[in-house]
Amino acid sequence: MQLSADGVTQAWRYWLLRYRRTWRGTIVISVANPALFLAALGFGLGKLVDHEHSAYLHGSSYLAFLAPGLLAAAMMQTAYIESAGPVHVSARRAGVYRVATATPLSPLDALLGHLLFIGFRILTSATTFAIVAWAFGAVPASRVGPLVLAATLTGLAFATPVAAWAVTVERPALLNGGFRFVIMPLYMFSGTFFAVAQLPGWLQAVARCTPLYQGVQLCRSVSLGDADPLAVVGHSSYLAVLVVGGLAVGARTFQRVLTA
Amino acid sequence: MGILAQFVFCGYMLAVCGGAVRLSGVSVSSRTSVVSARGLTKTYPPGKAGSAFTAVDAIDFEVHSAEAFGFLGPNGAGKSSTMRMIGCVSPPTGGTLQILGMDAADSGKRIRARIGSVPQDDLLDPELTVGENLLIYGRYFGMSRIAIAERSAELLEFARLTDKADARVQALSGGMRRRLTIARSLMNTPDLLLLDEPTTGLDPQARHLLWERLFELKRQGVTLVLTTHYMDEAERLCDRLVVMDHGRVVATGSPRALIDTHVTREVLELLIEPGTGAAVAARAYGVADRIEVLADRLLCYTDDGERALARAHERGLGGLDALVRRATLEDVFLYLTGRSLIE
Repeated sequence: MQLSADGVTQAWRYWLLRYRRTWRGTIVISVANPALFLAALGFGLGKLVDHEHSAYLHGSSYLAFLAPGLLAAAMMQTAYIESAGPVHVSARRAGVYRVATATPLSPLDALLGHLLFIGFRILTSATTFAIVAWAFGAVPASRVGPLVLAATLTGLAFATPVAAWAVTVERPALLNGGFRFVIMPLYMFSGTFFAVAQLPGWLQAVARCTPLYQGVQLCRSVSLGDADPLAVVGHSSYLAVLVVGGLAVGARTFQRVLTA
Repeated sequence: MGILAQFVFCGYMLAVCGGAVRLSGVSVSSRTSVVSARGLTKTYPPGKAGSAFTAVDAIDFEVHSAEAFGFLGPNGAGKSSTMRMIGCVSPPTGGTLQILGMDAADSGKRIRARIGSVPQDDLLDPELTVGENLLIYGRYFGMSRIAIAERSAELLEFARLTDKADARVQALSGGMRRRLTIARSLMNTPDLLLLDEPTTGLDPQARHLLWERLFELKRQGVTLVLTTHYMDEAERLCDRLVVMDHGRVVATGSPRALIDTHVTREVLELLIEPGTGAAVAARAYGVADRIEVLADRLLCYTDDGERALARAHERGLGGLDALVRRATLEDVFLYLTGRSLIE
């Protein structure tokens, strides 16, 4: 497996060049989506929830409880959208990986260059989301930076394993299935909208094992300022293992598929 | 004019008159081996269908510098798998493969830096402009922005696409895309250019324009390795070729030598009603040296087509539409494999 810093950079610059055409649209979506969600759920639904003074909300408002969870879930979705379809299409017979690997670039260069771009997209989306949340009063300004880092780590924990898998997928329908049957249930039952402790006992255990739960807990503890250092290390390590594991598997699957 | 000034002037004129755009890294005079394969094999592991599949089965061949070398064969013959191995994007599973003096097994990156590749699919980015596609490709080879700009201008001129530099690729015709793909493959001034089915899917006018560009490359000393299942393309472009079938090389030589060796000089074609081949062949027995029966035609191989036609008339076959033509590589392939090239 060959790797060159210049090759990775050139592969990354390809994705940036393409993004130059669409970045304005993505920024609008990155602002509008969190603004609508936080307004409707945070302010609207939040009024009802806050009225009950629920103990599950860590003593905060529903808006402050919801925003970091929603951010973690949104980064999971962004990671899936950026790494599933584009990686699958790029690896097909007429895909851009085929062009790159006919030059001095290696499959590993193509993988890392693309992941660098996906990481850039997650980072910019997380930053925009966190700024909107701050504007809504859901996050203090001093915690926006750490929150963005925690959300980016959450997104990357999905991006690298999904990219490693998507390069092997032959039927696009599988990617849609992954979104419907994996991403959406995670979105709903990983503590994004309500505390996992409110779930039935057996489902709580399942929910706590999911990567999104780890990301939501990490983002929420950073955002609310009640982070237990040991828990932060635990959540971060869990997510970092996924990032590294996804890279290791991706290096193999990219090599196998692109040099068949 | 001083001696130094005369020397500089002569050098300038040589550069202009001898072809201002240098497209290849190889001079025409050298005839060293560019590609050398011995027992080259590609076996794909068992897929969902079950068993392993050998696409290329222990083939030997040699490509010399500045020649146009072709792989001729029907779909599934193993041509594209062979090209992918030469392009160092798919490792051989057996045998040895030397390219530009390096072993393909462990020097893939260095080899790829010195070859140009025109794949079957254009692999252009339709959302980017013509110029941006060249920019991206040049970057992959580590070229500077200035070098890419200069090279792009030369190659767009060569491909007759200068006025399309800022056009989106999705707005180009099939022929233009193909020419752009060839221009892109020359960005790194390659020593070896690989063309996989370069004219498949193009209309006749676009094919001829592309052939003209490939002839220009040949004239400039670029070593071309191409695959095709068009026998006229192989005859026009290739100095030497191998005929492949079921992953094996069934014949090697120049187009003319293959025709001279394996078939007669001319062919009498008799058009027949489907299903009547055997009966008509029985009546035509002895008209020519050899007779092949196809679904709608009888191919009578002979060195004198007119004489064979006269004999056919004597046998009472004058009512059939007839055509006398020179033998082609299609006939060679039919003789060697018992199958038509395009099925």
